[in-house]
Formats: sequence, structure tokens, C-alpha cells
Amino acid sequence: MSASPHPNPPPPAAGEGAHNGARRIGDVLLSVENISLAFGGVKALTDISFDVREHEIRAIIGPNGAGKSSMLNCINGVYTPQQGRIRFDGQTFTSMAPHKAATMGIARTFQNIALFKGMSVLDNLMTGRNLKMRSNLLAQAFYVGPNRREELEQREKVEHIIDFLQIESVRKTPVGRLPYGVQKRVELGRALAAEPRLLLLDEPMAGMNIEEKQDMCRFVLDVNDEFGTTIVLIEHDMGVVMDISDRVVVLDYGKKIGDGTPDDVRNNKAVIDAYLGVSH
Amino acid sequence: MSQPGGTDAVADTFPRLLQHHAAVRGDRTAIREKDLGIWLSWTWREVADEVRAAACGLAALGFKRGMTLAVVGDNRPRLYWSMAATQALGGIPVPLYQDAIAQEMLFVLENAEVEFAVVEDQEQVDKLLEIRAKYPRLKHIIYDDARGLRNYPNPELLSFDRLQELGREHDRAHPGFYQGEIDRGQHDDTAVMLYTSGTTGNPKGVCHTHSSLIAAARGDIAFDGFTAQDEVLSYLPMAWVGDHLFSYAQALVAGFCVNCPESSETVPIDLREIGPTYYFAPPRVFENLLTTVMIRMEDAARFKQRLFHYFMAVAKRCGAKIMDGRTAEVSLGDRLQYFIGDLLVYGPLRNVLGMSRIRVAYTGGAAIGPDLFDFYRSIGVNLKQLYGQTETGVYVCKQPNGKVKLDTVGPPLPGVEIRIADNGEVQVKSPGMLKEYYKRPDATAESITPDGWFMTGDAGFFDRDGDLKIIDRAKDVGKLKDGTLFAPQYIENKLKFFPHIKEAVAFGHDREMCTAFINVDLGSVGNWAERRGIAYSGYTDLAQRDAVYDLVQECVEKVNRDLATDAQLGNSQIRRFLVLHKELDADDGELTRTRKVRRGFIAERYAQLVNALFAGDTHCEIEGQIKFEDGRTGTIRADVKIRDAKTFPVVEARKAA
Repeated sequence: MSASPHPNPPPPAAGEGAHNGARRIGDVLLSVENISLAFGGVKALTDISFDVREHEIRAIIGPNGAGKSSMLNCINGVYTPQQGRIRFDGQTFTSMAPHKAATMGIARTFQNIALFKGMSVLDNLMTGRNLKMRSNLLAQAFYVGPNRREELEQREKVEHIIDFLQIESVRKTPVGRLPYGVQKRVELGRALAAEPRLLLLDEPMAGMNIEEKQDMCRFVLDVNDEFGTTIVLIEHDMGVVMDISDRVVVLDYGKKIGDGTPDDVRNNKAVIDAYLGVSH
Repeated sequence: MSQPGGTDAVADTFPRLLQHHAAVRGDRTAIREKDLGIWLSWTWREVADEVRAAACGLAALGFKRGMTLAVVGDNRPRLYWSMAATQALGGIPVPLYQDAIAQEMLFVLENAEVEFAVVEDQEQVDKLLEIRAKYPRLKHIIYDDARGLRNYPNPELLSFDRLQELGREHDRAHPGFYQGEIDRGQHDDTAVMLYTSGTTGNPKGVCHTHSSLIAAARGDIAFDGFTAQDEVLSYLPMAWVGDHLFSYAQALVAGFCVNCPESSETVPIDLREIGPTYYFAPPRVFENLLTTVMIRMEDAARFKQRLFHYFMAVAKRCGAKIMDGRTAEVSLGDRLQYFIGDLLVYGPLRNVLGMSRIRVAYTGGAAIGPDLFDFYRSIGVNLKQLYGQTETGVYVCKQPNGKVKLDTVGPPLPGVEIRIADNGEVQVKSPGMLKEYYKRPDATAESITPDGWFMTGDAGFFDRDGDLKIIDRAKDVGKLKDGTLFAPQYIENKLKFFPHIKEAVAFGHDREMCTAFINVDLGSVGNWAERRGIAYSGYTDLAQRDAVYDLVQECVEKVNRDLATDAQLGNSQIRRFLVLHKELDADDGELTRTRKVRRGFIAERYAQLVNALFAGDTHCEIEGQIKFEDGRTGTIRADVKIRDAKTFPVVEARKAA
């Protein structure tokens, strides 16, 4: 199976030693406790518990239909689990609503790109800033007074993200005209525009070629490093997962079958059987 | 130069020029950079302060007169300032190609004994840190963009901001130091070292003095009338002599504004936003721009397409003549149509290309196709050609306004002397001449004759109007038996400008006549054949069709007609040609990896065909080995036809077309 050659180059020599120290992994930011979710008779998730620490990169892996996306959907309130609770930043919820998740600082990207295709990259990113806007709809519509100043502030934040993701050349291009890999980047940008504490990435590298994957890996690491953003990502490419994540949760048929550092998971018998296949 | 007041006599080094501009036009914009979507500007006075802080910072780190400093990265204001700062201290900046791999950089750093480097970002820092393992002499690496570098523990790293902080402290502690260093600078100090890519062997460092670069820049500025009002976009590699002249030397002499694009991908957008008045690009860039336009035109609505094609035909007919001010030759109707076309098509097109304000655009460095050249001139872009090399500060020949020809590079510039050696080589004395190759007296002696002529290695001659015509590399030029110059690459290029012809190989040295092998372009000729309903099984089949031979013959005869207008080359018209039965391929050793024909190898390999060409046969059977992509070899057998082409009487005194 795909214990493929590393798709991304190792981080720069200097990063190796400084990696964990500099990112100062902190206390538990999010914990998921005994979550169960069923659609009618189909059990999507059964009694799942794990936690995510501040500033870490946490990967969720598992075969198709293992319940990875459902897990993310529970965390940001798209689905309401029948059992269990979610603790985020000291508060406990039995159900989360998407808008509440957003105001609390949880942002996400989707497996199938969910951008406004007809709008420019810049405008798409500006929508990500919406929660940060203080002035009301009417003032925004007329672009006067304090709103004007505010809009400029927001634009500056967005420009930093454009610079960060190196998408200057497509700033004013409608998103629908961009190649897939760049659209994925824009979607990451929109999630970043909300300045989230927790970023949920649903297969950020699906369908990309090696080079695009390398770039995306670099961006994910840089986001984590520069902004200290905590990241939960779903990914299929084992090389990517092993390279960039601090800890990994493994799901299979809605159950958690493994949890630990990439090395732990790689050597876990249940995981190998279910997902990685027989090691050679 | 036209600067009143005569400060030029004093401002004979770049740091002094910078001070001069800061004093004379301190509040005018000197440089811009687009950052976070906004164009930031610095005035001449601000630039002078920034450079001063950087220079003092370098001095604080121990940079001494005569030392070298590597500059690596895209065109960024701070990198240009680093060059000026280095020169202010009497050091020598060495710009490197930013896309060079670590191994290539190592050679230059070692050769130039570099201890300081100013680089753009993490990418370059990583490269230099890798090099540092093998080259510990590199002591300080200063970076512009700090992204990703926060956690690097390496003590030799320093941000540009920090460098300037150190500099300001140093400046306060030693108030007279900076001015003293500038005053110590001499006009004949080495100002910069530019490494030539060197197709054979290792790159050589070309040392230019302040006075040679300033002289070349003054000459250029006087020739085209550049002023402090001009704007350029600096987007070509900083290590290339072209960029060094346009974005640094000329900008500092004329005092015009340099604009740094946001990133290499945004150049077309930035070009449009800035609208430079003066532009330089190799032919490749002009070609890419044209291709983009043509592709977008294909997607346009039917009406717009028809409008475009109609007016482009008008432009083709009379645009270049109007550009050259020869309006008398253009009928009133055409002039009216061109005027309407300018409103509807050419103007908007120039705007899209970012060329609305261009007064002068130059291209050089390689042959430019006639269609490409005419396209830009016909839509009102004053595109001209120049000739020069790193060693001459690109100051040899330029085409004056209104006297532009496709196949010459114009007359010698003021102050330039040119002589043609017996073997046809162009030799030059130019004010912009190099001082020496760094640490390579042998190479210097090989390139400069004892009486001071630089040997360009190019073969050429002057045409009737006194314009220099470059035909080939001197070592490739031969002679026919009757003594006519035979310039294979010149003839091959002429053939290759036809879209149907992909490769050509000309033969004729020490022979009675000139002949050629042709490779047709399978894409273009295949398409042509399909439209005519000619069925073919593959390249070999298609190449030997009579219809294809007719097509090629037409092209060959056009080239002959063209050659006939030239007294020196007229007799080297192509008498006989054949279309090769296989495509020339780098895997078979027939082309170099950069797709240049290996003439000698081909002549040997197809000796049978060459002999048949000169023997006057009408066809020739050939069998040869070819290598498949998987490494196996096979044989290919074909009966290749040979045709005679019509030649034209050589016109001695024909008026320039």
C-alpha cells in the first residue's frame, strides 16, 4: 500500500530540532467524548473519544466510509451526535451549531470545494472575514464612514493571507477559472481569513499532484507554525500524514482503532490490518 | 547628458550618483514595490537613507573595501539597495541567478571569495546554508523576507531590518564614516561582477568599472532621450547584465523610476498597472505575450474576432510604415482605417499588454521572428533591436527610431568602434567594455586583442546602410569555394521562421554551393495535410510526399529571394534541398539537449545524403539506425527525394525593402 515515498521534502534542517519546541504544544483545546452518530440504522460513529491539544496538527485517517468527515461535521455542528459531548476551550456542548462553532473560532474547508465560483479570489477571502466585521449590513452596502476604514483593515488582513498562500497573481480572477489545486488553496485561505483557533481540513490534498501536495503540506505546516493554529486534518496520503502530523486518530467502520504518534500508529497491529495493509 | 549644472563630472560612481539624485530630486519616486496588493514607493532621499543604513550595517559586521557581496533573489528594492550599499563601501556586488541550484552557486561564491550574502527569502537561505557546509567562508547571510525563518537557530542569519538597525547605530557612533567611504571611491574601481553563464566550462566573472557602466548608460540615455520621468519594470534576473543596466545603472544615471513586481507570476498584471515607458525583453517574452493574446482572441465572440482580424490585416499593411513616420507611402484610406483600428483594437490591445505608454521597447539576445517583430511594431509599439554582450555593457549597436530593420541590429552607437576581422568576426571597442575576467587573465587575454578590441565571437558584416548584421557564431561561419560567406545558422534560422519547418541543417563550407536538410513540423504540416485530405501514415511517409516538397520548396525559394538581396551572402542561396525521412532527435545525438543542431555529427551520419545532394542525384536510398525511447535500436530505410530550388540573381544595389 501507499507507504509511499515522502511527498514533501523534510522541513529545513533548522526546523528539525526546533519543531516541537517552538510550537509549544499546549493544553487540550478540543476534546470529543464518547460521540456516537447514526443515520437511521447506519452507525456512522460509535463511542469515539479523542482530544486535540493547542497548536498541534492532529490527523484523522481511515478507509473510505470510516466516519472521518462525519467526525468533522460533528465538531463544527453540521451534524448533531445522538450521544456524547464536545468540549471546546473549556466549554461543554452536547450539540454545536455551525454559526456558534464559527464564532468560537472553528473554521473548516470541505472535501468538495465550497467557494463562490463566480466571485474573485479576493472577494471569496473577504467573505471569510465577515464575522470580524462590526458595522451593519446597511453601512456595508454604502461603504461609508467607519465602514470604509473597517473594510480597509479587513482587506489588509486578507492581503496578508494572499501573500502567505502566494496567490497574488490570481487575486482578481474568478475562482471558477482557477485550476483545482489553486482553488483548494483559496479555500484554505478563506478558512484562515476567519483567524481560527481550530482549523478543520477535510482532505486538503485530495486529487492533487505531487508538487501541489508538497506546496499544500508546506502551507499547512506554515499556518501551524506562523499563526499557532491548531489543525485537525483528514488525509488519505499516508506519506503526508506521517510527515506533518503530531498525533493520529485511526477510524474504521465508525470505531476508533488507534490513537497516537505516527510511529505508534504505523506499528499498531489493528491499524495495519484495517488500513495500511500488510507491511512488507 | 542633458543635466544642467554639470554635477555629472563629480558623480562618477554609483554611490555619488545616488547622492546626486537625493539632492536634486529628493522627493521624486525612485523605486516602487508592490506588497500586499499596494504599490509602495520610496523617494530618492529615502533610498539614499536606506542605502546608508545598510552600508553602515555591513561595515559594522566587518565588511571591508574590496570585499564581495552576493545578491540572490527576485527583483526587490532591498536587493538593489544592497548593491548600492556594497559599492558605497568600495565593495563589489555579485548578483547570482536566483534559480541556480546550490552546486552552481557554490562555484561562483568560491570563485568570488564571497563572505557576505543578501538574499530574498527562505528558499535562498536554505540554499546558502546548504552551501555553507562546503564553503565555511560565507560568514553572513542577510535576508529580506523573514517568512519561515523565525525558528532558524543559525547565528550567521540576520534580517535586513536588523542590518539597518546595526547600521544606524554604527552611523551615530562614526558620523563621518559613510561619507568618507563614498569619497574614497574611484571611478575605475570595479563596480559589479556579472557571471556569464558560460556554455562551455565554468562561468567567468565579468568585472565592470563604475566608469564603463556609467558611460554605457549615458550613451543609451542620450541615444533614446530617457529622462527622470521614465518608468521601467524590473523583472528580469538581477544577475543578467540587461537588468543590471536597465534597472540599476541607467536608473541611477537618468534618475528614472524602477518598479519591482509583486512576484514573478504577477508580472503581466503589474506591467499593466505601471505602464512602463521603456521596456526590454528577450524575444521569448514577446512571443509568450503574443501567444496569450492569440489564445484569448480564440475565445472571444465572433464579432470581436472578425474585428480583430480585419484591423490586424490593416496594421500589417501599413502599421510599421506609420510607426516609422513614412506616412507618405500609406494611402489616405489606409491611414483612416489605421486610425479607427487604433481606437478599436490596437489601443485596447496595447493596454492589455501593459504597453500603452511605451516610448521605446528593446529586444535582443536572440533572433526574433519577422511575424513577431512586425506584430508589435504594427500595433504601435516602438520595438527595436539592440546588440551587445555582458562584456561590452550591452553597448554596441542599437536601432535608431524610424530606421528599424528586421535582420540588422542598427549602426554602432556613439563612441563605439567596430571592425570585422578576416574570419568575419565582429570586434568591438566600446565605452562599456569590461575591465577583466575575475582571476582569469588567460580568458581576458583570449577575448581582448593586444590593441584593445573585444572579440565577440559573432560573425557579421555591415550592410549598405551601415547597419551591423549578425549572422552566426564566428566559429561556425565558413566559405563557399567561390569565397562567399557561408553562415549556416543564419540560413537555418531564416528557414525555421516558417511554421512548416521545424529544423534545418545547411551545408556548404568548402563546396561549390549551399544545400540543406529540412525537417518539417509534424504538427503544422500534418494539420495542413489533413485540411487537404492527404492521408499519411507517419512522419516518414508525410515527409516524402510531393505536395510537402512543393510546400517546402516555396519556403526555400522565399529564403533564397531574401538572401539574394544581400551582396555578401547572395551566392549562398540554397541550390538543392531534401526533406529528411526522420525527425532529428536529441536521443540520437543529432540535436543538443537545448535543441541546437549538431551540424558536424549530422553531416557524418548522413554522409550518403550529403554526397547525393552535391552530386546532383534526384533521390537517394538510405538506411540508418535509430534509437527508440526505451533504448532499443532499430533500422529505418527510406528513399529520400532531392529537389533543386530556384535561385535569384544577387541584387547589388537594391533599395531597402
